[in-house]
Amino acid sequence: MSAFLELRDVHKRFGDNEVLRGVDLGVDEHQVVCLIGPSGCGKSTLLRCINALEPIDRGEIDIDGERVSGRGVDVNALRADVGIVFQSFNLFPHMSVLENVALAPRKVLKLSPREATQRAFELLTRIGLDEKAHEYPDRLSGGQQQRVAIVRALAMQPRVMLLDEVTSALDPELVSEVLTLITQLATEGMTMLLATHEMGFARDVSSKVVFLYQGRIEEQGPPEQMFNDPHSERTRGFLRSIIEAKRL
Amino acid sequence: MPFRGNLVSASIAALASLVVAVVTIAMLWKFDQSLHVSAARHVVARVVEIPLAIATLAVPFYGLRAFATSQRAGRLAARGEYQSARVAVEDSRDHIWVVVGIGMTALVGAFAAFLLSANDGAVRSVLFDWSLIWRSRTGLVKGFWLNIKLFVVSEILVLVWALLVAIVRLLPGRACAPVRFLAIAYTDIFRGVPAVITIYLIVLGFALAGVPVFDSMSKDGQVFWLSVLALVLVYGAYVAEVYRAGIESIHWSQTAAARSLGLSQWQTMRHVVIPQAVRRIIPPLLNDFVALQKDTALVSFVGVVEILNYAGLYKNRFFNLSPVTGAAIAYLIITIPVTRFVDYLIRIDKERIQAQ
Repeated sequence: MSAFLELRDVHKRFGDNEVLRGVDLGVDEHQVVCLIGPSGCGKSTLLRCINALEPIDRGEIDIDGERVSGRGVDVNALRADVGIVFQSFNLFPHMSVLENVALAPRKVLKLSPREATQRAFELLTRIGLDEKAHEYPDRLSGGQQQRVAIVRALAMQPRVMLLDEVTSALDPELVSEVLTLITQLATEGMTMLLATHEMGFARDVSSKVVFLYQGRIEEQGPPEQMFNDPHSERTRGFLRSIIEAKRL
Repeated sequence: MPFRGNLVSASIAALASLVVAVVTIAMLWKFDQSLHVSAARHVVARVVEIPLAIATLAVPFYGLRAFATSQRAGRLAARGEYQSARVAVEDSRDHIWVVVGIGMTALVGAFAAFLLSANDGAVRSVLFDWSLIWRSRTGLVKGFWLNIKLFVVSEILVLVWALLVAIVRLLPGRACAPVRFLAIAYTDIFRGVPAVITIYLIVLGFALAGVPVFDSMSKDGQVFWLSVLALVLVYGAYVAEVYRAGIESIHWSQTAAARSLGLSQWQTMRHVVIPQAVRRIIPPLLNDFVALQKDTALVSFVGVVEILNYAGLYKNRFFNLSPVTGAAIAYLIITIPVTRFVDYLIRIDKERIQAQ
């Protein structure tokens, strides 16, 4: 039986730079899978390919048995189903927080303005930012902005969430509020694939850890095994450098 | 840290400040002597002139202070009090900047006074005869009303037309290359030809050629709408480039974020890119609009009876250019408040969006 999110032999190149060299990966429903690896190994590209922000050169991607790569795919419908959150938040600076969250439900899901606003407000209440609903993103802290970005994706009620190093641009003291929100989503059973440098978080939350190296999956397994007993020499080397940097 | 004095620059500043004061006051005096008005009005003029002359004295005051402070700095340094010496040099430099600031202003003012009093005040009576401007008012207002109609209609059409051209020019993919090429050719041609030639060709040419739609209009309507067409074509080319620069200045991550939420390309443009781009391009857009407002005067060359035409008629009748100055003032009455108002809108919008 194939997984809920299934990647088979995915290739992607930018000019001469082959970023993904045949990635096979499965994410089951309600699973949380963490992508780790050195920068430039293809984590972000992989996530962007799943969301069709980048077309893939070869291979296939399926979600729930349905092909979502290549031609003949309704990318807008696909993206409505697959939420992605970026390292740099990318909130819309000319809209209030509430408008940021309500925009896509209104325009893509065709909810009435009232329904969309209500949905947005509920989500903001959930993350304790209902009082900031009418503020503009620039007035919020980085952690608050990133949490708004996460609920903006959640407002589309996606079936999978892709998180691309969502804490990397944050000041250290703001990281935990974002990780807490992600942990909550994991407990609620959201299917998630996340690229991260937060190894402690990956160890505690994920059901599977995937080590990506030079565009290929070098090793994958349950977090206990990956962190305590990695089989590959490269995985060991990577984890050692993380420990030396005191990030684990 | 060695001590570096500023005696040379302070000396130059002191000397220059004396020259500026003498020149400015001399020009004010010359201006005063060129006034041939009733005693009462001469008193009024002097009420303005005398404070100006006194204010000019601030220049040598600060020039001499700069010089004295610089000398004091030298004495302090000689005694080994470098800290205080450097403080004195800083003070002296501040004084020099005051000399530069007020001095240049005074020089410009003196030059204006010189110009207005030249040839026994001829510039004043030929260009600034207020009674003649007042006597031309009916025609000027009637003419300017046409200019206002011209630029209001043109600006609205330019806004829409230029956005369309900009969007066409940014259409992606190979298939759209021909239509992109059209947009590029249009902007290149209409930005490259002087506006007055385009107006000539379109207003006179289309009328002569009996182009349908325009041909069925009344004479006045035809000239008006052809003028609008010419202005929209010329300024549409400029404004399309402004739009394009604005749209391209929005970081692709904004598009990525919008598309990743499922918004279509058009929805992304409409709700995310264009609203941000428009905020950024308001200053250059306004620039082009002020230019358009002014260029409505060009249609006087194809026989549209607008303000410059009326001003020309009065000019010939009075044998004096003051009515044309009146036309210039009419433009300023519109353009300056518009500029300030838009500056104000931009500031409000910034304060709303940006963090304090």
